[in-house]
Amino acid sequence: MIQDLVVYAVYIGFAIGMLMTFGLILTWVERKQGAVMSDRIGANRAYVRIPFTQIKLVWWGLFHGLADGLKMLVKEDFRPKSYDWYAYMVAPWVAFTPVLLVFAVIPFGGVLIPGELIPPLAGWFGDRTYTMQIAKLDAGLLIVFAFGGLTIIGCMLAGWSSSNKFSLLGALRAGSQMISYELILGLTLLGLILIYGTVDLDDIVRQQSGVVLGFLPAWGIVLQPFAATLFMAAAIAENKRIPFDLPEAESELIAGYFTEYSAMKMGLFMFAEFIEIAIIAALFTTLFLGGYNLPYMHDGGFSFPGGYDVPMSHGAVVVTQVVVFLAKVFLMCSFQILVRWSLPRFRYDQVLRFAWKFMFPLALANLTVTAVAVWLLRMVNA
Amino acid sequence: MTHKRYRRKAYWNRPTMGWWERLYLPEILRGLGITSWVFLRNMGKWMTGRKGALTTYYPEERRSDYARHNRGKHVLTQRPDGSPQCIACNMCATVCPAKVIEIEAAFDPDDPAHPKYPSRFEIDYSRCIFCGLCVEACPEDAIRMVPEVPNLPSGQRMRMWIDREELLNWNPQRDVAKPYPPKGAA
Repeated sequence: MIQDLVVYAVYIGFAIGMLMTFGLILTWVERKQGAVMSDRIGANRAYVRIPFTQIKLVWWGLFHGLADGLKMLVKEDFRPKSYDWYAYMVAPWVAFTPVLLVFAVIPFGGVLIPGELIPPLAGWFGDRTYTMQIAKLDAGLLIVFAFGGLTIIGCMLAGWSSSNKFSLLGALRAGSQMISYELILGLTLLGLILIYGTVDLDDIVRQQSGVVLGFLPAWGIVLQPFAATLFMAAAIAENKRIPFDLPEAESELIAGYFTEYSAMKMGLFMFAEFIEIAIIAALFTTLFLGGYNLPYMHDGGFSFPGGYDVPMSHGAVVVTQVVVFLAKVFLMCSFQILVRWSLPRFRYDQVLRFAWKFMFPLALANLTVTAVAVWLLRMVNA
Repeated sequence: MTHKRYRRKAYWNRPTMGWWERLYLPEILRGLGITSWVFLRNMGKWMTGRKGALTTYYPEERRSDYARHNRGKHVLTQRPDGSPQCIACNMCATVCPAKVIEIEAAFDPDDPAHPKYPSRFEIDYSRCIFCGLCVEACPEDAIRMVPEVPNLPSGQRMRMWIDREELLNWNPQRDVAKPYPPKGAA
């Protein structure tokens, strides 16, 4: 019992630490990558001076995230004279918390056997095994959607309780946009659920370590390339980032639904957005990029298509899986930032038309084709 | 001769997207390809020690290619004995539109030809607009501007003043147009 508690405490610590680190790092990555992409240098002025020396650590501007956080902490905490101050205060947390909770069901590694990993504790842990996932729930994907859908409440609350028409307009936009794209997000994943026959994320990852057509890794992106593209687009729209950042279009709505927020409350909204980038990247990795496994890799090592098996020790497997998961997540974050710095913003009617008249039929078509294909394959195999 | 009547086009900026552009996805991918290529190119340059951007890291790095006619710094000309040619008449300080020149006059009994001289001559470069009016106003050709830049960047405004000693400390031989010491000066 205590052993379980220890293991899950470590998992939760890892998850929160990872998400916070990603949130901080991504503010820097966003600036720096955008700068490099447009032949600029980017933020490089913040530094940490080692006390009592003149040695200034600049580290390519990595401390700008810290400087931002510090600034947000010490800024004036402005409050509008709102008739609903409770909703106003609670809205950033409602937007921020579900983003963190989504990560609870995402597996960041395969099976962990603490007794084998740390020999001195073998007696205490016995032969207990844990999947590297905070909550091993059968309804994994449904939980993701349930919590993902909660974020919108925070945005709506913020816009409603700010007593500001810009905020309200932004919240309305956020509401209609997020509901539209939520639907597409779900529809694109239905195809995957049909193929894998489960919504348990760990099971989905395990099924992706096989091969299709004899040599290709059975990754979701290989089986459902169309759904992967649609999912990525819908997820970026769900996160309200450029090119879908209509709810906070600066040129039209100042800052959209968080116009009236300042200091750390505004920081929470920003932080939630950056963490959601990491969450989307983690989801995409889990569903379409084989999760924590390298191609042809499983919990015992590698099984290459030619029939070669490369067994690995448990420690090596655990380390490889965690590192591979982080690397894939980081690459996908970088891809989202690439999109953000490449594409121009839609007009608002275009956003909704894009959702309902372009992506929705495509997602339905993808689902139909997948369903027919799965049915045919079952008929052939039976 | 009949004149063909001018007919205005209905739309001068008719959208010219073909079906390929209308497909949207390929063009998006092309755009992403362009930006990621620029990113990879610049990262490659950075890893091999070159810069992808043309930007100069200003306070740490100075450009060497200022224009030849750039005049970024003031100097005070000197008499052969090293004293400033300035007679502290305050005309430059009067004409200065930014009011950055501060002069304190003093009396020198040893030089009856030029009894008045500046004991303090300071310029605030944080406000100077480099218009050159002080040079034009000077009746004694005592202040000139040279093709250099002062060592400006600083965290404190007080550090951006340049005083008399620094203004007098220049390399007169470089100004070939007006050789120093002036010909004919004893």
